[in-house]
Amino acid sequence: MLRTLLDRLATTLPALAGVVVVSFLLTRVLPGDTAAYFAGPAATPQAIAQIRTELGLDRPLPEQFARYVADLARGDLGRSLTTGQPVTVDLGARLPASAELTLVGLALALLVAVPLGVAAALRQGSLVDHACRIVATAGVSLPVFFTGLLLVYAFYFVLGWAPAPLGRLDAFASPPPTRTGFFLLDSLMAGDIETFRAALAQIALPGLTLAIFALAPIARITRAAMLAVLAADFVRTARAAGLSRRRVVVTYALRNAMLPVVTTLGMVFSFLLGANVLVEKVFAWPGVGSYAVEALIASDFAPVQGFVLAMALLYTVLNLAIDLAYGLIDPRVREAA
Amino acid sequence: MTALPLLAIRDLTVEFATRRGTVQAVRQVDVSIAKGETVGIVGESGSGKSVTSYAVMRILDRAGRIAGGEVGFSGIDLRAATERQMRDLRGREISMIFQNPRAALNPIRKVGHQIEDVLRQHAEAGSGDAKAKAIAALEQVKIARPEERYHAYPFELSGGMCQRVVIALALACRPQLLIADEPTTGLDVTTQKAVMDLVTGLTRERGMATVLITHDLGLAATYCDRIVVMEQGRVVETAPAATIFRAPAHAYTRRLMQATPRPGATLRDLLPEGAPAAAPERARGAGAPLLAVSGLVKDYPKAKSLLSRKAAAPFRAVDSLSFTVARGESVGLVGESGCGKSTTSTMVMRLLDPTEGSIVFSGEEIGRVPAARFARHPLRPKIQMVFQDPTESLNPRWTAARAIADPLLRFRTVQGGEAIRARCEELARLVGLPVDLLDRFPHQLSGGQKARVGIARAIAPSPDLVILDEPTAALDVSVQAVVLNLLADLKQALGMSYLFVSHDLQVVRLLCDRVIVMRAGGIVEEGPTAEVLEAPKAEYTRALLAAIPRPPV
Repeated sequence: MLRTLLDRLATTLPALAGVVVVSFLLTRVLPGDTAAYFAGPAATPQAIAQIRTELGLDRPLPEQFARYVADLARGDLGRSLTTGQPVTVDLGARLPASAELTLVGLALALLVAVPLGVAAALRQGSLVDHACRIVATAGVSLPVFFTGLLLVYAFYFVLGWAPAPLGRLDAFASPPPTRTGFFLLDSLMAGDIETFRAALAQIALPGLTLAIFALAPIARITRAAMLAVLAADFVRTARAAGLSRRRVVVTYALRNAMLPVVTTLGMVFSFLLGANVLVEKVFAWPGVGSYAVEALIASDFAPVQGFVLAMALLYTVLNLAIDLAYGLIDPRVREAA
Repeated sequence: MTALPLLAIRDLTVEFATRRGTVQAVRQVDVSIAKGETVGIVGESGSGKSVTSYAVMRILDRAGRIAGGEVGFSGIDLRAATERQMRDLRGREISMIFQNPRAALNPIRKVGHQIEDVLRQHAEAGSGDAKAKAIAALEQVKIARPEERYHAYPFELSGGMCQRVVIALALACRPQLLIADEPTTGLDVTTQKAVMDLVTGLTRERGMATVLITHDLGLAATYCDRIVVMEQGRVVETAPAATIFRAPAHAYTRRLMQATPRPGATLRDLLPEGAPAAAPERARGAGAPLLAVSGLVKDYPKAKSLLSRKAAAPFRAVDSLSFTVARGESVGLVGESGCGKSTTSTMVMRLLDPTEGSIVFSGEEIGRVPAARFARHPLRPKIQMVFQDPTESLNPRWTAARAIADPLLRFRTVQGGEAIRARCEELARLVGLPVDLLDRFPHQLSGGQKARVGIARAIAPSPDLVILDEPTAALDVSVQAVVLNLLADLKQALGMSYLFVSHDLQVVRLLCDRVIVMRAGGIVEEGPTAEVLEAPKAEYTRALLAAIPRPPV
């Protein structure tokens, strides 16, 4: 198992190196002059030139890159010009917010989509099957900012069930002591039920928005995978051996059907990280997505590079986790690794 | 017939709802099986033999339903039984074993746990003794080191071993009736013998009744007391195994028997009477052989970890193999799965690069040409192949004509749309495919017709050597008889050489002049077919021949 882990980690290194180079080059070729932007509209050419020298932007590209890599090796992602904070600090504060939102969305989606897909496969052509198809189609055809706004309109504006969509906690509550950075977990660990409730109320709508988006692919794949497995020879053997329906469906069919579902999960997670940017905007969520977009608009290189790198790392870790999960589910993968 | 049969099927009719309306797969079938009796149900594909057994177990898929008749099992009406009652009967009173044993086991569950599932379901074992009982079940099917195998996954076991596990699973709760649905199809002949001996031994010992469903009349006659012959959903004949070979009553049974390759029969004997006689034997080309393979080696490196430096010793699939094929000769390459016969044929076909050795074809060394570049080699059209599965080897979106024209288009041997069409029609006539079927897609053709398309495609560029990779393994015996005759006729007419890869010695005997018996990548024995099969020198060849089922004649 450890050998597999190391092997897989080794294969991700070239990909990460590529990300470092590409993110650096991309931010340089983007239109917009950082120095001019920060000097302000009334700045003299001398002032702009001075800022450019201070930022090291007047140096040749290879030298800038060498300096960037050297900083990176020390764990220094540079400083954001917009917030004035080191990028590592900014990301450290905002990443948990995004991660919490994405995971809640994914968990909600899984809780609904997998049973829905299984039920649809077991009763092909029934009402459940049609419901599954409608949910799946609706989920992919509605853009997240639209479902987000719709949910805000319905549950906050009309029904008044949800709190104002203004971040992770309302203005009067104080965040729980930081341990994991996930408010839901931290408040529970601190035994602060009130904060937990407040955080839950805040995350419900954006989490639901993401879940609706993620529902479709998971439900579809679960249904298709279950249909394929239910037609397999070994399910017939299990039925011919008189095993109970529950055992046939759960132990024999579902566990085998989970393989493609887990693969899809990785892809869905990456879609969610993309969708996050819009959802964070709609719900004023202080996550990395909105942070990176703001930095990009301001031609603020360091946060953008830091964001891209952080996402690349996240993907790598995620894919590794999925590979390991695969090994846990399927003994054949374990053998091959 | 006994007074009280264990299983009584009367007037059973099974229907399937398809897009083109209801189809009756089984029509008014009557079968009864007494306690301790072994009955074979024999028929070709589509005869309804498997569907009958699924109806008995009530595991038909959702499109199928029992439309009429009765199924009684020791006094219980199985048609009227509730699903819960059926579940209690399945596995405990009536068990089933299947074709393709590896697929019949859950790929991601330890085989021991799968046996435990059955034991626990039928309350034959609790959590305390389940493991011990599962190991005992493995022991009974003669699996060596059962404690170890308990923890194995199906992919870690051979096909024969998987079938033993399936048998252990079926017999774990000591049922009264075992239904074996093509239990040895796809297994090697020696494994087939071992599995069948095991099944009959265990069922006799326990006084169980057995239903053996098979397409192989010889196998059924060897192991069964009574044989039921089915054709197109109907029972056409029921007779004791001893008499059915001596005096087949029904015309279909006679046809089936006639088409089965057996000692003493020639290729023409397999066809119904009235078939034209074979063309006179062509004089075989003397002089330099068409194909000369020498010192052929194929190593497969073992996968190695990225971080570890030491490479594992490679697996040698083919070990310094040498043989020749003369012009106009057909050579059989025989052996059990894993002996390297397919690897050898793929290398000769130049789809795979040999590790060492030379392949001289038409006097030219082609072993050194990389497989990736051989597609453009001038000798490419001269070596062609007919594949094992006639369905899988055709592009489902191409018509028969397009499939046959493919090599013509690629090698540009024939130019122009009309000329190509004319050549396709000529080829179709040559292989006996009605010309009006040329515009059909594979799914609109029968197995035999698809096999003809595959053969027409292979001979389209007028090859000198055709590699036949088990070309009839997926076909029914009556179709196999026709296809084998067609191959023999084509060889005579076109003067081709055949390299015939097969595990079926009876089929090889019919078609080949010379035979090479392979085992573990090397040649065990080689010589004229009659000599090798009548008076085998090697112990291994004798074992292979002994494993062929011998029906009581």
